[in-house]
Amino acid sequence: MNKLIELKNLTKNFDDQQVLRGINLDIYENEFLTLLGPSGCGKTTTLRIIAGFEEPSDGQVLFNGIEISKLPPYKREVNTVFQKYALFPHLNVADNIGFGLNLKKVDKSVIAQKVERMLKMVGLEGFEKRDVTLLSGGQQQRVAIARALVNEPKVLLLDEPLGALDAKIRKQMQVELKKIQQEVGITFIYVTHDQEEALSMSDTVVVMNNGEIQQIGSPTDIYNEPENRFVAGFIGESNIIEGVMIKDYLVEFDGFQFECVDKGFEDMEEIEVVLRPEDLDIVDPEQAKITGIVRNITFKGVHYEILVETDLRTYMIHTTDYAEAGREVGLKFGPEDIHVMCKMGAY
Amino acid sequence: MKQFKHLIKPYIVWSVILIVIPLLLIALYAFTEEGNEVLTLSFTWGNFAKFLEATYLNVILKSFKLGLITTFICLLLGYPLAFIISRFSERVQSTLILMVTIPMWINMLLRTYAWMNLLADNGIINHLLSFLGISPVTMMYTDFSVILGLICNFMPFMIIPIHTSLNKMDKSLIEAAYDLGANKVQTFVKVIWKLSIPGVVNGIMMVFLLSISTFVIPKLLGGGQYMLIGNLIESQFISVGDWNFGSAISLILAVIILIFMSLMKKMDKQDE
Repeated sequence: MNKLIELKNLTKNFDDQQVLRGINLDIYENEFLTLLGPSGCGKTTTLRIIAGFEEPSDGQVLFNGIEISKLPPYKREVNTVFQKYALFPHLNVADNIGFGLNLKKVDKSVIAQKVERMLKMVGLEGFEKRDVTLLSGGQQQRVAIARALVNEPKVLLLDEPLGALDAKIRKQMQVELKKIQQEVGITFIYVTHDQEEALSMSDTVVVMNNGEIQQIGSPTDIYNEPENRFVAGFIGESNIIEGVMIKDYLVEFDGFQFECVDKGFEDMEEIEVVLRPEDLDIVDPEQAKITGIVRNITFKGVHYEILVETDLRTYMIHTTDYAEAGREVGLKFGPEDIHVMCKMGAY
Repeated sequence: MKQFKHLIKPYIVWSVILIVIPLLLIALYAFTEEGNEVLTLSFTWGNFAKFLEATYLNVILKSFKLGLITTFICLLLGYPLAFIISRFSERVQSTLILMVTIPMWINMLLRTYAWMNLLADNGIINHLLSFLGISPVTMMYTDFSVILGLICNFMPFMIIPIHTSLNKMDKSLIEAAYDLGANKVQTFVKVIWKLSIPGVVNGIMMVFLLSISTFVIPKLLGGGQYMLIGNLIESQFISVGDWNFGSAISLILAVIILIFMSLMKKMDKQDE
């Protein structure tokens, strides 16, 4: 795959506040890339810099190897799907979608054809003459996607496009967006704070916090091998425990030594360990090193969420087994369930 | 909400006494002859027929001409100003809007007297001109002075509705236009202007209605002989004492205003 966009040491200051602190990111052709992070992490600013709505304070944006950070939005080969859709209220569905083509003085009959094809793709056949202000949120969203894609951009930027939709339509749109991306075969850069959305749709997830990239990787990498406490805490639920890496494949935490699959740390390096709640099993106390008392059990539908209090901390466990409160239990997990990560510097 | 329903009653009484009854009286005067007793009314179209005389038609034509010129200039100056104001941050915007409205805190008469001093043959402007070696220009008691007075007084009524519609416009619509390939001029023509039309229509309506029905400004800046429709009504009531004819002109003006307003509303709806 070819590199399409390169962000090089991008920084952005608003007044005296630093929003981006040196972003380096390569974005490839035909990639579904998600910028994931809590609000204020700089993900939207990054997107707006790529779109051309903001100019970086420092650093470069390369598009096919050419610096574009000073280029106005209307000269860039990218299109945006806005958070609140930003459909033009004075134009109908067809005129909204045809807006970009109209500006390019494309022949009216060609525009009509392309609009029709786009509406078919987003599942809104026959909606040409409808008033956009009377459409439902999901329909407006589809029009917004069609309006951007009809211009055949090289990159589609999506700024929390599903944020305003209710849970059920959001799920449905996730599947459709992924399908559309594969159909048109262009790069999608997707901004969200919803980790589930990011994991289920993306080829690459970029986890951001405080204007810095925390980790770049595939959804499985991000989930299974979080690089630090922030990523582990932000993606899914996790038990994070401080410990020491005795040597390769051997880690110590909570007073016990465990075999693990991680290596490459310094001997006796202070590290942090992630134990995912679904990787922990409840067993009899004599079968496990770590033991504790069940403090709380909550039924969550597919599984129970059990809080087990040990001498040092409280572990969260997701399991289909029931364990009544007050019982003493052991916590069992295998070497591959232990994820060792670098201890995070103080922010 | 139901328990608040009774709160509307004082307002109904108020508007019946101060709006509905006077309006009915105006209509009664307009359609009757002079010198009626309470019980012997003689109805007539004569008051309206009288209005068709050239002298009076000219007055209404002149009023319209001045109203249109004033409205046009207010729009020409007001739209760019409202647009520029709406580009600033919220805080600066409210200060600028305050500056637009501050003149309205001062009594209109006082402001108009100030113009008289500025524009008079031996007024401040002519003094300044004479320093530059330019011979005095007659500005008072001309169309120029009246239009100037109207513009200065009614400009805020153009700026504020336009600014409101520009300001409440979702800024992401402008970004969307850029994003889809529109440059600044195209974005203005295809998006910003189109979405600000309701404000423009409101502004035009306000300024036009105010300027065709005013009588103080033309009286002071145009002089005693200067007749606009407002002055005509005033003189019929105050100096001539023909309440019937005055009422008829008032009704005609009201009908013209109603027609104008419904036309503008229609235009507004079409553009949406």
